[in-house]
Amino acid sequence: MRLKWSILAVVFTVITVLSGCDRLLVLDPKGPQAKTQAHDIIATIWIMAFIVLVVFALLVYMLVKYRASKVGSDYEPPHIEGSKLIEGICIGVPIIIVTILSIMSVRSNYAVEATPKGYENQKPLVVYASSSDWKWHFSYPEQNIETVNYLYIPTDRPIDFKLYSYGPITSFWIPQLGGQKYAMSDMVTTLHLAADKPGEYMGRNANFSGKGTAENTFDVNAMSKGDFDKWVKEVKVTAKPLTEKKFDQLLKPGHVGRSTYNGTHLKFSPPPAMQHGGGGDGSGSVDHKDMNKADHKNMSDHDMKNMKMDDSNK
Amino acid sequence: MDFFDRFAIPNPSPVIYASMVAIGLTVLAIIAGLTHFKKWGYLWREWLTTVDHKRIGVMYLISALLMLFRGGVDAVMLRAQLATPDAKLLDAQHYNEIFSTHGVVMILFMAMPFIIALFNFVVPLQIGARDVAFPRLNALSFWLFFMGAMLFNISFVLGGSPDAGWTSYFPLAGNQFSESVGTNYYMIAIQIAGIGTLMTGVNFMTTILKMRAPGMKLMKMPMFTWSALVANLIIVFAFPVLTVALAMGTMDRLFGTHFFSTDAGGLDMLWANLFWVWGHPEVYILILPAFGIYSEIISTFAKRNLYGYKSMVWSMVVIAGYSFLVWAHHFFTMGQGALTNSIFSITTMAIAVPTGVKIFNWLFTLWRGKIQMTVPMLYSILFIPLFTIGGVTGVMLAMSAADYQYHNTMFLVAHFHNVIIPGVVFAMLAGLTYYWPKMFGFMLNEKIGKWTAWLLSIGFVLAFFPMYITGLDGQARRMYTYSASTGFGPWNMAAFIGALIMAVGFALIVYNIYYSVRYASRDIGSDPWDARTLEWATHTPVPEYNFAITPQIDSIEPFWDAKKNGQELFKGKFEKIHMPNSSGMPFIMGCIFFAWGFSFVFSIWIPLIITTIGIFVCLALRSFEVDHGHYITVDEIEETETKLRGAN
Repeated sequence: MRLKWSILAVVFTVITVLSGCDRLLVLDPKGPQAKTQAHDIIATIWIMAFIVLVVFALLVYMLVKYRASKVGSDYEPPHIEGSKLIEGICIGVPIIIVTILSIMSVRSNYAVEATPKGYENQKPLVVYASSSDWKWHFSYPEQNIETVNYLYIPTDRPIDFKLYSYGPITSFWIPQLGGQKYAMSDMVTTLHLAADKPGEYMGRNANFSGKGTAENTFDVNAMSKGDFDKWVKEVKVTAKPLTEKKFDQLLKPGHVGRSTYNGTHLKFSPPPAMQHGGGGDGSGSVDHKDMNKADHKNMSDHDMKNMKMDDSNK
Repeated sequence: MDFFDRFAIPNPSPVIYASMVAIGLTVLAIIAGLTHFKKWGYLWREWLTTVDHKRIGVMYLISALLMLFRGGVDAVMLRAQLATPDAKLLDAQHYNEIFSTHGVVMILFMAMPFIIALFNFVVPLQIGARDVAFPRLNALSFWLFFMGAMLFNISFVLGGSPDAGWTSYFPLAGNQFSESVGTNYYMIAIQIAGIGTLMTGVNFMTTILKMRAPGMKLMKMPMFTWSALVANLIIVFAFPVLTVALAMGTMDRLFGTHFFSTDAGGLDMLWANLFWVWGHPEVYILILPAFGIYSEIISTFAKRNLYGYKSMVWSMVVIAGYSFLVWAHHFFTMGQGALTNSIFSITTMAIAVPTGVKIFNWLFTLWRGKIQMTVPMLYSILFIPLFTIGGVTGVMLAMSAADYQYHNTMFLVAHFHNVIIPGVVFAMLAGLTYYWPKMFGFMLNEKIGKWTAWLLSIGFVLAFFPMYITGLDGQARRMYTYSASTGFGPWNMAAFIGALIMAVGFALIVYNIYYSVRYASRDIGSDPWDARTLEWATHTPVPEYNFAITPQIDSIEPFWDAKKNGQELFKGKFEKIHMPNSSGMPFIMGCIFFAWGFSFVFSIWIPLIITTIGIFVCLALRSFEVDHGHYITVDEIEETETKLRGAN
């Protein structure tokens, strides 16, 4: 019995930690999409805690009341078929809960799959985020610049991330701005995010994509529009142009540090034709000759030295 | 020498070389032991050629326990690597191989044979049958599973283990990104075992539908038999999908097709869909029999009939239906849009309703009962709260928008271990303890058993609850390391300690078996738990023919009613009993399949062609073979019955 209570205590501790601890990345949202998700998470934790509590209470009651040592040795348990009323409640109440959750879920689905709330009037900044073993390339077509392994974004402007991959499936994830989405080599997916507050956030590939996955991270820096424009201007002046040859080098499996370029790879290595939500011809007709050349054994020492281990920006 | 290069390990380490030596020595020791004690004949006659469902059940059980330890060692290594930040115990490649094999071994080569062991041993006894419908097919099922498991397990000493995760998503699992033969092992070993499982599904559905004792209508079947029927129905529908997906994957890797490899117009999402169209029903194949076991145990030790029998049956049928309608929740984040995600979100949450019905029915079975806290009951009682937590976190994951944050994180890892360990593993250990006396004629020690149950539960909570927290803090799954600045360190250390506690628990199971073999009383009668269903109505040890006289059934709990109200189960007198003959063919076919799979993995074509012909020759031989089985005479039955009655 004592041990059972200690399990209960552990459960409550977990619940309290989960709901009270706003330092957990996912529960410390810095953008409208992450807020929607954090809200859903907290709400469901409370509803679920209630259900767990009911089950625990019933279990403890049954165990305390109907232990063989409590009911007496000549007690003969009755034959009970079941009761329409009790079973009706056991079906009805969960149906009500599931209905409420379903409504929540559907509303949130449409919210996270659209331009973030409060940002509808603005034209989104389009950023192509593509992964290759094991790095992220961020192309800004509007500004005509490209970065590797770091992402600067303006606050208070919606951002459409167009995701695809030069290799295995990866998943683009900035927990504090919103949940993840897959990047695949045969289609482009879109993730709608926005940052409310300036700050540095952790971004990473969350989907297992081979032996470099753990270090497949990037830094996100959200800044005011003024700062962002200033940064773009600076890049325009200082960064070298991104040539096809340079990009091929970048695609080779391995880890590299941050880098910045004038121009994007979108012209000479366009994203897959197929877009999520139809429109593609299904052939995924992209030139992947670069990928075929990729050789895992080519991961040079030089690349390893630049490996980024710090995946936290808290 | 070129020919032999392919068998080399791509990423060798001292541990692997040590394992090679250990495996070699073990095999030598077994061969020497069998020869020394002159047990080859016994092994061949009584085990390798047997078609008796009880012996096949025991062989499944032994295999499952062996695989539990293999998968458990994997798990401890994974947790040890993650226990501290920036640890150097394993490198990325080894970590990837270990978590991939951990998943495959635990699901397909531990949990599956464990439930099939219980199907085999229990179902024919529960329905009053003499054996399964197709006894020789049953033996073939076992040997295919066993050879598939062995083939998979040699991967780490010959050629390299699979390293693309147990889900083996393409294009990562394609030749371009997985160059070793590891994924070939995955495709072919699971294929062989999967064919065995599919045949088990056909076999048990036929057995349950056609071979029940007279009077046992469908709605009078014991709950475990019901769960077996539903699970085998799911097997029959789901496993062909796996068969096809694996065949396509094999062709992509070995014959240059492009079903899934994206570089020539293949569709990586097709693999994910096919995998989970099988993979999601698969988890219900595991959990429904576990529910069946809990139903039997809770009813037995609450000394009461199962509350809400009809709703228990219907909830399983509904779950089985839903299990095929939720697969896309494994990849909400694939970009299929709000509408698709909403549909799958709702169907997923809907499963909570029938599952909830079952939880409440178990609770109400305790109501007005007389609860005896035996080891099987302790597991069942621990299961209810722990599984409920796993279940509600499943509902949280079903919220597809929020899943964008849970997906690929330790939160998800915590959730599915939270349903599989208290759900399936506890059920199997409870079932093992519960049926042990029927299988082996003595009981496992209760005191050691209770220690085990508590250690496993506490270890489990410590190992997996921290993952809920680190998951919400951004710790992604399948990452071999993390930096100290993330703050994941202490939580992962707790998880490692939990894993160690669980390891002690599992070691105690072995000790318990050893201890009970030596010291337990053999004088336990045929019904040591005072149980309710038919499997306890026959002798211990169970005679070859199970029941000397086929029982007559007129209630859900025939044996209980017979004990309490004196209803007569066995009416009539002895008659000669028709039984199937033993056969070496399933074992031989299993061996040929092993050689076939091995040649396939390493693309050695001539042996592959020869073994393929061998398989067809076996099939042809079987179809021309005349084997009408044999009869056990009335005299023999009388002799056996007298002896067994005397023993009790």
